[in-house]
Amino acid sequence: MMKSMKARAKAGNALIYAILSGLSFIWLLPIVWLIMSSFRKEPGAYTAYILPKEFTLDNYTRLFTETTLFNYPRWFMNTLIVAIFSCIISTIIVLLTSYALSRLRFKMRKPMMNIALVLGMFPGFMSMIAIYHILKAFGLTQSLFALVLVYSGGAALGYYISKGFFDTIPKAIDESAMLDGASKNTIFWKITLPLSKPIVVYTILMAFIGPWVDFIFVSVIMKDNYQNYTVALGLFQMLSRENIYQYFTRFAAGAVLIAIPITILFIYMQKYYVSGITGGSVKG
Amino acid sequence: MIKGLKAFGKRIGLFFTHFSQGDLITKASYVVMGLGQLLRGQWVKGVAYLGVQLVFIFYMLVSGVSSIIGLGTLGTKLQERVWSEERGIFVVQPGDNSMLMLLFGVAAIFVVLAFVMVYWMSVSGSYQNQMTLEAGKKPLNFRQEIDVYLNEKYHITVLTLPVFLTFLFTIVPLVFMILLAFTNFDRFHQPPGNLFTWVGFENFTAALWRDPLKSKTFIDLLIWTLIWAVFATVLNYIFGMVLAIMINKKGIKLKRFWRTIFVITIAVPQFVSLMLMSQLLADQGTLNVILLEMNLIDKFLPFLSDPTMAKVTVIVVNLWVGVPYSMLITSGILMNIPTDLYESAKIDGANAWVQFWKITLPYMLFVTGPYLITQFIGNINNFNVIYLLTRGGPLSLEYFQAGKTDLLVTWLYKLTVNEQNYSLASTIGIFIFMLSAFFSLIVFNKTASTQKEDDFQ
Repeated sequence: MMKSMKARAKAGNALIYAILSGLSFIWLLPIVWLIMSSFRKEPGAYTAYILPKEFTLDNYTRLFTETTLFNYPRWFMNTLIVAIFSCIISTIIVLLTSYALSRLRFKMRKPMMNIALVLGMFPGFMSMIAIYHILKAFGLTQSLFALVLVYSGGAALGYYISKGFFDTIPKAIDESAMLDGASKNTIFWKITLPLSKPIVVYTILMAFIGPWVDFIFVSVIMKDNYQNYTVALGLFQMLSRENIYQYFTRFAAGAVLIAIPITILFIYMQKYYVSGITGGSVKG
Repeated sequence: MIKGLKAFGKRIGLFFTHFSQGDLITKASYVVMGLGQLLRGQWVKGVAYLGVQLVFIFYMLVSGVSSIIGLGTLGTKLQERVWSEERGIFVVQPGDNSMLMLLFGVAAIFVVLAFVMVYWMSVSGSYQNQMTLEAGKKPLNFRQEIDVYLNEKYHITVLTLPVFLTFLFTIVPLVFMILLAFTNFDRFHQPPGNLFTWVGFENFTAALWRDPLKSKTFIDLLIWTLIWAVFATVLNYIFGMVLAIMINKKGIKLKRFWRTIFVITIAVPQFVSLMLMSQLLADQGTLNVILLEMNLIDKFLPFLSDPTMAKVTVIVVNLWVGVPYSMLITSGILMNIPTDLYESAKIDGANAWVQFWKITLPYMLFVTGPYLITQFIGNINNFNVIYLLTRGGPLSLEYFQAGKTDLLVTWLYKLTVNEQNYSLASTIGIFIFMLSAFFSLIVFNKTASTQKEDDFQ
């Protein structure tokens, strides 16, 4: 009896291992294909094989040397600049907002959260289009400055995840500090922030990653100003009908270059991501 | 809502009672802002209020008033070419720019609202100063005031910048866009060459029934959007949970390894992975080439170019994108399910299948209900998967500027970027909002988690 159950469990596990391996294969295949394409010498997007016939590093070096048509280094710097500035601004805004909405109690707190909820229900680039016109009225479109404003201006509405984190810090800590005569300002800087390092790191990284992966907003703002493209929009151009045969392998190389750091950051941050998303529902 | 109106009414009442009970200085500060602070020793505050008033009056005279009046017509003077005698050529004489007039009009209204708020702060502050003096105390000086803003009123200090930026980059633009839905701002009414004007609910009726082409597009895309959102949400959720259950099963080794494999696909930027997928699945794409060479098919399969097949394909590819997310989310919660539930089920002889349907699924639905609805709303607005995979295609002549797999959001995007039909796009945006709001309301009424946050701390 015992033996047969064990055998059945073993068979069950073997089946699960088989399924997991199969699924992993499916899930990793496009990524392996991307990496292999980035080392492929033969041009073209449509090949009937995954492993390149000839390997080369050319695709990577030419990204940085042949810059007349596709200026990858410049796009990379653009994205880096935009990412750094919008990351600073949005981190400050997100932390301030979520701190106030989580730890402070005031009359407008609930109404403000409701308004944020309602604002979030409008499709994102509906306001985007208006921002484009506003920036145009000030002669600011197609500039990196405009892009920074776009990525960080609406940051306050993304307060939710860090609020969830602040909510978990016991209130008693604040109260005892207040008894010692600390003002709320002191509590924020000296107690809450040091206790919240993970979420500060998470907020910074998420804000930093944003400009690297977005291509909708940047395409609305930049239109045809190639010099100010970010990496995402630039790479997108390489896959247009005229360019795809010649540039597909280079697209793969450019994509790998930005995907690697983001992947590492994400694996490192996944637990904050999960607790942020589920925070609201698990509590209930 | 009603509470808010009541509070507002109370404010207005106070406004008048303060005036009648106020002394001369308080009464004068109703006309000259800051007087109630300046004459009572709050120099910095008083000067600031006075400055605000002067700047406001200057702004209203120079442009504010005309901007607000301009909202009524959105411009009457067309741009025209006038013969210039002295230069001997036609000169373009600029007319009214409806777009800018609408923009500045909206901005002016917000400036007025902001001013009213500051005005209220100044007069009620003035009255409070009077009360403080009458009670024999001194109004706070600037240093003390700052201390208050770092402690009791810290929320004001902290939230001013975020609220200001939210107004600037979210609320004002949204109001502007909502107003656009009531105009005829499209390709044929483009400023500065042409004017556009108010048309009432014409865009709404056109999208719903009046214009056969637009209304067919709208209704069809709405139905497809809902179908898509249901499939994308439910399938991702179920498969993600099954995957999580398999990885978490007792006796399965290398749990972290399996999880990481799937997490990697989340981390790769969507525009990269989805563009790859669209290359992979194109008519002459790699998958078709491979299948042809293996003689499994004799002509290519239209994964993305046949309407029905494209719809199936986007849902399947979306599984590739979304299952890792729901695996991550659900695996944490799965571990929280009390194990004794399963123990007793096993004793009753329930197999894995029954356990899943009778224990796991109900428990998970109970806990992750709100997450599911947010996912659903997210899928209604899921731009990336559709646009990057099919660009909404295959295109169809039955539709107004849309393809068979277009969602309402991607249609909105196309209407603005390719077609410059801003008024119809805004109308669609409002419909999408109503759709999301409808489903959010359901969640809001169903969950207690938002009310319970205080108990949790």
